[in-house]
Amino acid sequence: MELTLAAPDNLAQLEAEAVYVIREVAAEFERPVLLFSGGKDSMVMLHLAVKAFKPARTPFPIMHVDTGQNFDEVIEFRDRIVEQLGLQLIVASVQESIDTGRVVEETGPRASRNRLQTVCLLDAIRQHRFDAVFGGGRRDEEKARAKERFFSHRDEFGQWDPKNQRPELWSLYNGRHRAGEHLRVFPISNWTELDVWQYIAAEDLDIPSIYYAHRRMVVERDGMRLAVTKHLTLLPDEEPEETLVRFRTVGDASCTGAVESSASTVQAVIDEIAASRVTERGATRADDRFSEAAMEDRKKEGYF
Amino acid sequence: MGLLRFATAGSVDDGKSTLIGRLLLDSKQIFEDQLDAVERSSRDRGYDYTNLALLTDGLRAEREQGITIDVAYRYFATPRRKFIIADTPGHVHYTRNMVTGASTADLALILIDARNGLREQSRRHAVIASLLRVKHLVVCVNKMDLVDYEESVFNEVRDEFSQFAERLEFTDLTFIPISALDGDNVVSHSANMPWYGGATLLWHLENAYVASDRNLIDPRFPVQYVIRPMSRSHPDYRGYAGRVEAGVFRPGDEVLCLPSGFTTTIESIEVLGEPVAAGEPNLSLTMILRDPLDVSRGDLICRPGNRPHSGQDIDAMVCWFSDQPMSLTSTYSIKHTTRTVRGRINLLRYRLDTETLHREEGVEQLGMNEIGRVTMRTTQPLFFDPYHRCRSTGSFIFVDEATNETVGCGMILGPAA
Repeated sequence: MELTLAAPDNLAQLEAEAVYVIREVAAEFERPVLLFSGGKDSMVMLHLAVKAFKPARTPFPIMHVDTGQNFDEVIEFRDRIVEQLGLQLIVASVQESIDTGRVVEETGPRASRNRLQTVCLLDAIRQHRFDAVFGGGRRDEEKARAKERFFSHRDEFGQWDPKNQRPELWSLYNGRHRAGEHLRVFPISNWTELDVWQYIAAEDLDIPSIYYAHRRMVVERDGMRLAVTKHLTLLPDEEPEETLVRFRTVGDASCTGAVESSASTVQAVIDEIAASRVTERGATRADDRFSEAAMEDRKKEGYF
Repeated sequence: MGLLRFATAGSVDDGKSTLIGRLLLDSKQIFEDQLDAVERSSRDRGYDYTNLALLTDGLRAEREQGITIDVAYRYFATPRRKFIIADTPGHVHYTRNMVTGASTADLALILIDARNGLREQSRRHAVIASLLRVKHLVVCVNKMDLVDYEESVFNEVRDEFSQFAERLEFTDLTFIPISALDGDNVVSHSANMPWYGGATLLWHLENAYVASDRNLIDPRFPVQYVIRPMSRSHPDYRGYAGRVEAGVFRPGDEVLCLPSGFTTTIESIEVLGEPVAAGEPNLSLTMILRDPLDVSRGDLICRPGNRPHSGQDIDAMVCWFSDQPMSLTSTYSIKHTTRTVRGRINLLRYRLDTETLHREEGVEQLGMNEIGRVTMRTTQPLFFDPYHRCRSTGSFIFVDEATNETVGCGMILGPAA
């Protein structure tokens, strides 16, 4: 093997940083859990969590907050990965929260279960007494996320207090908390959408098929192309059309838009993103469009 | 592609957020939906021009007050480099955030309003950058459009700052006259300032040479986590996971473990499951040692002929973050590398006036945002280097044991004199 002392490149540095954070949590917390939505960011997170402890098993379970309105392809993907890696999967079900009256479902054709996830997530954290919750949030996604720490404290109500965050210096993370409180931990904070895709390419990661171009029935609403699935109620004047699309983010089927795209390989996706003039959330997420501070408000309540 | 982390600092209204917005916009990193949102907000608020600061001021309270409260991280890439910007607030009450941003930065960018010249905050930011050993400093003299692009104004600021900086430790100090609002000398050369023959800001950021800032001399490996699969395929595997903080480790190297003092040899080094020929600074890896030793989290692996200081009495420069002043009677939790101990400040030698660099002796306490030199004693030995030699074995944080807040940070000078 040849020895090189070139500084590690961008991706190697980001990977080393994320692994450091993941190991820090495994060393300092009693009951960590990794949130896994089946999306590309959580797949990168899971891959890092596996690599960080090789050849041992990942020493914590993964949890999916299931809105009950997922794309079928994503659930299939989730179950396949869990089986492949022999992981312990916990499913926190929003449908169950609705059935037990913990939350009330929104009504109307624009109803979404996005916001209901917060209650379900916090209930599950309490029930399992998780003290550290890994998320795949990235600071480049959204302006409130740009203010996040790697170790982000949540009080007993799961609330984020953005004006009063712990200073985070060097890589000395402060995970101290009282019983009933927890920390959200974001190991890929410093990654951008492009970094994620370049990493997926470099590591040859499996991700749900809907990230690549495919033909499907979509309907244009509020400037977004929503997939016509059993979870979407069409408005009277809406005409679904078959289009060649792919998804840049994968969330709840009711609020995640597709983008017109013919990118059917990882490299084609990378080229497309490098040339894109719209952010991934701007292109595809109805949930961020409520107001200038939609994400900040949801995060304060305890959202991902 | 390489990575450059830089921190930006400036006084309130020096135009820091505007500059970052400009860098992102002119390097075509601002996306249409973001620009649309900012243009819409600017119009709604009745501004005459598109306020690029709205791109980075992410919190509701920041947009309401028109100031930056918290560190915001921004990302952009050119074909040469990827950049991580820590955008830190200028207001005096948020100085701790400047310290936070500078702690991971290779380069600091300070903005000065050409109309106001050097002010207390600019001096403070330069001192903080120097204390945190950010070796490269770029001073942008901003709002040149408001002083008719006058060369003499720029020269005056440059000379005054250079004189002040002589007492600080930067290996590389650069001055650039800019107008962040209009983009002069940010990405392209300004037609308004033909007298300026230097590089644009972006060119400078792309070309600043930071690779030599890495310490390749002193091998330091704090053990973070012990990997023990206890599986049928790996019944006896015991790997020490951690990050190389300085120096280089190779299989076959003789190593010394602290605090035990035992020596052994590195059997192999794995980076995330793959064997490698060398472990370099900033790599997260797993070390397998030839002999079964009692090594655990918080221990440190180094070379027998190059070991850090080991001790409980330590001199350090401390920056205090909490509105509860630093107390000589309290015990704090101290996190240093992967080791957490408790400790007490035994002596506050002086408080540093960050504007004049004057050392005020005989002071009783350090208040929020104040910096001073202390002698402290820890319950267990720390394995440390002076901060100027190695950032990560030379730094620590104080955590209040009652509130769990991070109340201060320290840069180690050496064993207590």
